[in-house]
Amino acid sequence: MSELRRIMVDGNEAVALVAHKCSEVLAIYPITPSSAMGEHADLWSAKGQKNLWGTVPDVVEMQSEGGAAGALHGSLQAGAITSSFTASQGLLLKIPNLYKIAGELTPFVLHVAARTLATHALSIFGDHSDVMACRQTGMAMLCAGSVQEAHDFALISLAASLRTRLPFLHFFDGFRTSHEVAKITAIPDDVMLAMLPDALLHDHRVRALDPDRPVIRGTAQNPDTFFQAREAANGYYDRCPAETEAVMGEFERLTGRSYSLCDYEGHPEAERVIVLMGSGAETASETVQQLAAQGERVGVVKVRLYRPFPSEQLLRALPNTTRSIAVLDRTKEPGAQADPLLLDVRSALVDAEQEERLPFKQRPRVVGGRYGLASKEFTPGMVAAVFEELKAERPKSRFTIGIVDDVTHHSLAWTEVPERAKGVRAIFFGLGSDGTVGANKNSIKIIGEDTKLEAQGYFVYDSKKSGAMTISHLRFGPERIRSSYLIQSASFVACHQWAFLDKIDMLEKAERGATFLVNSPFGPDEVWDRLTREVQQDILDKGIRLYVIDAVKVARDAGMGNRINTVMQTCFFAISGVLPRFDAIEAIKASIRKTYGRRGQEVVKRNFDAVDASIDHLYEVTIPQTVTATRTRPPIVSDEAPDHIRRVAAVMLAGKGDALPVSAFPVDGTWPLSSSRWEKRRIAHEVPVWSPDVCIQCNQCAFVCPHATIRAKVYDESALASAPADFLHVDYKAKDFRGSQYTIQVAPEDCTGCGLCVEICPAKDKTNPRHKAINMTPVADVLEVERQRWDFFTGLPEKDLSEIERIDAKSTQLLQPLFEFSGACAGCGETPYVKLMTQLFGDRALIANATGCSSIYGGNLPTTPYCTDDNGRGPAWANSLFEDNAEFGLGFRLALDKHRQQALELLSVHRALVGDELFDAIEHCNQTTREGILEMRRHVAQLLERLAGHPEAARLAEFASHLVQKSVWLVGGDGWAYDIGYGGLDHVLSMDRNINVLVLDTEVYSNTGGQSSKATPLGASAKFAISGRSIGKKDLALEAMSYGHVYVARVAFGANYNQTVKAFVEAESYPGPSLILAYSPCIAHGYDLRFGVEQTKLAVETGYWPLFRYDPRRAATGAPGLELDSREPKKELAAFMNNETRFRMVERMDPERYRRLQKQAQVEADRRFSLYQQLAEIKIPVGQSSEGGEA
Amino acid sequence: MNLATDYCGIELSSPLVVGASPLVDDLDVVKRLEDNGASAIVMRSLFQEQIERESMNTFAQIEGHAHMSAEALSFFPDTDDYVLGPHNHIDQLAKLKAAVSIPVIASLNGTTPGGWLEYAKLMQDAGADALELNFYELAADFDRSGADIENELVAIVEELGRATTIPISVKLSPFWSSLPHLAKRLVAAGAKGLVLFNRFYQADIDVEELEYENRLQLSHSRDLLLRLRAIAILRGRLDMSLICTGGAHTVQDLVKALMSGADAVQFVAALLTRGPEHLKTLRDGLEIWMAEHGHESLDGLRGNMSLERCPDPHALLRGNYAQLLRSWTADREGFYS
Repeated sequence: MSELRRIMVDGNEAVALVAHKCSEVLAIYPITPSSAMGEHADLWSAKGQKNLWGTVPDVVEMQSEGGAAGALHGSLQAGAITSSFTASQGLLLKIPNLYKIAGELTPFVLHVAARTLATHALSIFGDHSDVMACRQTGMAMLCAGSVQEAHDFALISLAASLRTRLPFLHFFDGFRTSHEVAKITAIPDDVMLAMLPDALLHDHRVRALDPDRPVIRGTAQNPDTFFQAREAANGYYDRCPAETEAVMGEFERLTGRSYSLCDYEGHPEAERVIVLMGSGAETASETVQQLAAQGERVGVVKVRLYRPFPSEQLLRALPNTTRSIAVLDRTKEPGAQADPLLLDVRSALVDAEQEERLPFKQRPRVVGGRYGLASKEFTPGMVAAVFEELKAERPKSRFTIGIVDDVTHHSLAWTEVPERAKGVRAIFFGLGSDGTVGANKNSIKIIGEDTKLEAQGYFVYDSKKSGAMTISHLRFGPERIRSSYLIQSASFVACHQWAFLDKIDMLEKAERGATFLVNSPFGPDEVWDRLTREVQQDILDKGIRLYVIDAVKVARDAGMGNRINTVMQTCFFAISGVLPRFDAIEAIKASIRKTYGRRGQEVVKRNFDAVDASIDHLYEVTIPQTVTATRTRPPIVSDEAPDHIRRVAAVMLAGKGDALPVSAFPVDGTWPLSSSRWEKRRIAHEVPVWSPDVCIQCNQCAFVCPHATIRAKVYDESALASAPADFLHVDYKAKDFRGSQYTIQVAPEDCTGCGLCVEICPAKDKTNPRHKAINMTPVADVLEVERQRWDFFTGLPEKDLSEIERIDAKSTQLLQPLFEFSGACAGCGETPYVKLMTQLFGDRALIANATGCSSIYGGNLPTTPYCTDDNGRGPAWANSLFEDNAEFGLGFRLALDKHRQQALELLSVHRALVGDELFDAIEHCNQTTREGILEMRRHVAQLLERLAGHPEAARLAEFASHLVQKSVWLVGGDGWAYDIGYGGLDHVLSMDRNINVLVLDTEVYSNTGGQSSKATPLGASAKFAISGRSIGKKDLALEAMSYGHVYVARVAFGANYNQTVKAFVEAESYPGPSLILAYSPCIAHGYDLRFGVEQTKLAVETGYWPLFRYDPRRAATGAPGLELDSREPKKELAAFMNNETRFRMVERMDPERYRRLQKQAQVEADRRFSLYQQLAEIKIPVGQSSEGGEA
Repeated sequence: MNLATDYCGIELSSPLVVGASPLVDDLDVVKRLEDNGASAIVMRSLFQEQIERESMNTFAQIEGHAHMSAEALSFFPDTDDYVLGPHNHIDQLAKLKAAVSIPVIASLNGTTPGGWLEYAKLMQDAGADALELNFYELAADFDRSGADIENELVAIVEELGRATTIPISVKLSPFWSSLPHLAKRLVAAGAKGLVLFNRFYQADIDVEELEYENRLQLSHSRDLLLRLRAIAILRGRLDMSLICTGGAHTVQDLVKALMSGADAVQFVAALLTRGPEHLKTLRDGLEIWMAEHGHESLDGLRGNMSLERCPDPHALLRGNYAQLLRSWTADREGFYS
């Protein structure tokens, strides 16, 4: 046996370590929660790390999982040892190839971080619904339940695959295992080599396609032979379980770690047994051990090999004393006789019974339960409840555990059991950007690798991209940690953000005598009085020890800004006593040096300063005898919020969504709009405050605001009658609404404090130019007054587009955004475009949104930023998938057109009833203008009045609203438009339907963390293009223009607001397909987005992002279709590139290469600009051009 | 003709040194400078702020968005190859060193002790023959006295001395209450030379936009006088090299600098405007001038107009001021008109 090397890794890394060592080719595509496996592999290959056989594996990112599947199928056919990683929808896209690979008996391992499939909603979290959709493909399936198992099974599955010739789908629970950091024993290379003998690799290679000994595969067969040929491989499946078991035996001989196809743990004479797969089995095992120790006759069977299903091994694993079995599935098959594992177990028992080889003293009762969908917690209390149910004479034959089903009453009740294991159980509440999670990962690495203690870390993130809360769960102790659930009883709780204390019940899980560390702006003498009654009561009831530190001050003094992580980490070590204090500090410093050393000495020095200053500022608080606070925790949402917000959303916002029963939810995933406004997240430390006397009323601040928190209104003076005394307003200066009043107002509780508005404000106070028309001000100084102002402001009347004389950047900002207070990143470059679209067309827009950032900030519950106007109209929004958004949006248009056509047909049928005048008015109504839309709405209202009481015209009444022209928007990022959805997008553009495509081009996969797309520019580093992309960005605009009938615009609002507005208006008015490519600054570019507008200007001035509009209507008049809206570049591209980390990384890694790429990028930019210049001169004779306008 | 001179203990073939500038970015230009008679080149400055800001900025951009979302634990490849710090600069220094046979002087620009000083060691390891510390600070802190600032400078020089073995020169601005006293302290701290003077970045005002704008303004010969006076005062009193920088453009300028006591003269603006070949003109001109005036080597010429040796020290110090006042008459300047 080789020397043991214990490492701290998460499940993804544990698997990638093996996959990278044991592959020649990896074809991948990023998808949560599996992306990190591919990223690790790519990074290691980029660093030149070799596989077992001395060569660096080739890692290829494809345009979709479907593409990756094709590539890996080909690579396998050509004889390479090939692997891939995926999850969820990505796995579904691979299914056709999985059938092929299995049908061809090709050794291969697909590692899957099992994740929920999107149904009524998308979920990125873990369950088995994706892998269960593959159980029919012919893939063997092996399930790991822990990080160690995932590491081990990655190798076992490949060894078994090579032996059995069956491809293996190796899966483990997404997040719970893929993202849990645990201490594992690494498999040494010699073990891997021993498990993968050359002979087996040779067998695989000789089956490869080779013109020197040619064969053909993938033939077509007819009814005469297909069936028999399909049965020809049966023997391979029959032999697979035993061969896999043999591989496990070999593995045990080499490593000492023992696995079987179905592992049993528990009382040797158990009567009640749970059968399940995955991480839940660890929790079940832990619980069973405790219960069995108390004399309970309970046990658990962990199914490892799920396909081919190991019936014999299952029967062998179950004690013959078993009387009742609960089979737990982590998936749901609505309408099925049973969920899949239950079906398999039952079928195995029935077969055995029929063949009279049931090993039990009496035939056990088998029931099925569903648990853990989308990473729903599965706890010891739930395991105990299932065993309790099995005690019953007639246990529920189908049940759910972990939720309260008050509708169909399938759920079992359960009580949580306190954790009793020795050691430290710590929960940390942090802010996404304060580094809490990073520091905690670091802490468990220190403890796991520097001590003999076992360690585990698991991290919970919320779905906001700004001001997000993270909750870290860390366990340390002398015993093996098998608790695959969140901490139930915490011995240490840390609050890294004071404001969170008012939002959630932080001490809920604190055990008696726990320690509570709070980052507080208030010192040890003052902090008690600042706590709410609830927190004080908890502290007293549970005998909690309270420590405070002003970590913000310590971090700032050390020059670390808001990065309080090292301060809080030091305090944790100082108080928790996991390590001796001195050793802990040395270890923290060593790890800072290791982690940040390459970011420069200054970073290391400042972190060291923060560590050194921490202990001096840490105080234990003397706790009074009684509760003294009068203040209670403020309500999560206002009492004025609608019922569903108070009943459902508020519970979710308070972090108690688990407690909501089934009845709280819509049955089909449909939710109302206008909910984000009730959140009042209060995440900004500073908000902009308006100085009316300085303001030049340009509205640029409102335009750029990513969260629609700063707004402009023009209104009649009479509206001010009930204004609060200090409400700010001035005379409106422009002539369109002369005589009106004007106000710029911020929503202080919704602002993220990004500062973009202040940065771009062009108005300066002439006597003190530092003072602008809006100025960032500490929120504490202005919250009350600004809140009152905002409340009044929201009641002021909104302008309608029809009242606007000239639609331009300024005037659009007088229109109500129907997209507000999203969870997008502070400074997001995408959301201003979405907001603008809703201002112009929101009250008649249908939005098809590709999966990505925009679908997450657009539709991640509990709230949505989409909202309605005073008439109750607003964008109707839906997300289908990542890959199909163009087709999905086209479908909207098909239905709308059909319904409109039917409305017109029925109008003719009922002409007499409608009346000639109204009929003509409807038929001739020109809806290309806002007036036309409003006019049609009036006609429709009149029509409905006329149709009332006429049942014969009921269908016309039903379709009547479709007479009003709707605006269909297909929104998504570059990952969708350039890569995975490109085929569909191209097809939809090739049609003549009236759709509008808005591509929010961040030039990288933003949502999944910065993977390269075909929109990633030359010279930029990204995941899967680490050394810098050597190929230029795809010119999607040019491709679309090549059709001739497609309206195409490239916009960048920061460089030219009016051009952006013009493009949106033109695109929407064009009655065929329109494509807008919108330049969108993103955190993945690597600069402070406060300067997003400045950088956008540079993008245009350097020719990096030329602005233009191609309008087929213009081309049809004989004029050049393309209008170039940017001037000849006046600055070198380098001026743009040098500002962004994504480019500078390349320079830092390889200056020579960077210089080359930069030169190449300059040539490319010059070439492209010249091409556009020439295109802008091309005139096509009228009569020969496309009749796009008639589309 | 012997033009050899001592530069902080390094013997140079002539006093014609190329000052810290972008000229050294291009190895071809550097070769041309050497071919035209540069006796040493000073590398472009490595700025403390640049190192620290890029370091902290990138740290903020990369780490500030890491581990905050379940879907994206990071937004950039986590590669070790992406090292922040002065490495490109150091690489360029090594390339320069390999490309030329004349001494290469590295330049560090900063004002406070800190991690950045460690880069001096890297510069030495990359082959720098000497180090020029460019101490550039515009005092704007009402709580820091002149003495505080001087102490800080001395501390930095001492720290550099401990970190390296190559000679250190200090490039200063003209604004010190007592330059000779400071110079004495710097010698005691280990400095082997003074480079006089740094030219301030002087931001201009855009009166329409109400903004400051930074424009690079090249020196003129008229800037030289300030340097001449300072060098003349320091000449001969301290065991250190004196290097004139800022304002030397012509042969006349060069001769004046040497006469006031400079051991070497750095050229930047003259070369940026007239090209590397201008060095040859200067060198040839100097030789002609020395021949015409009977100088065999620089020894006879160097410092002959210093405070120590000039015929009328009073004229160099206050005297010239008083003289100017004396020569002013009210009616000639039109005071009464």
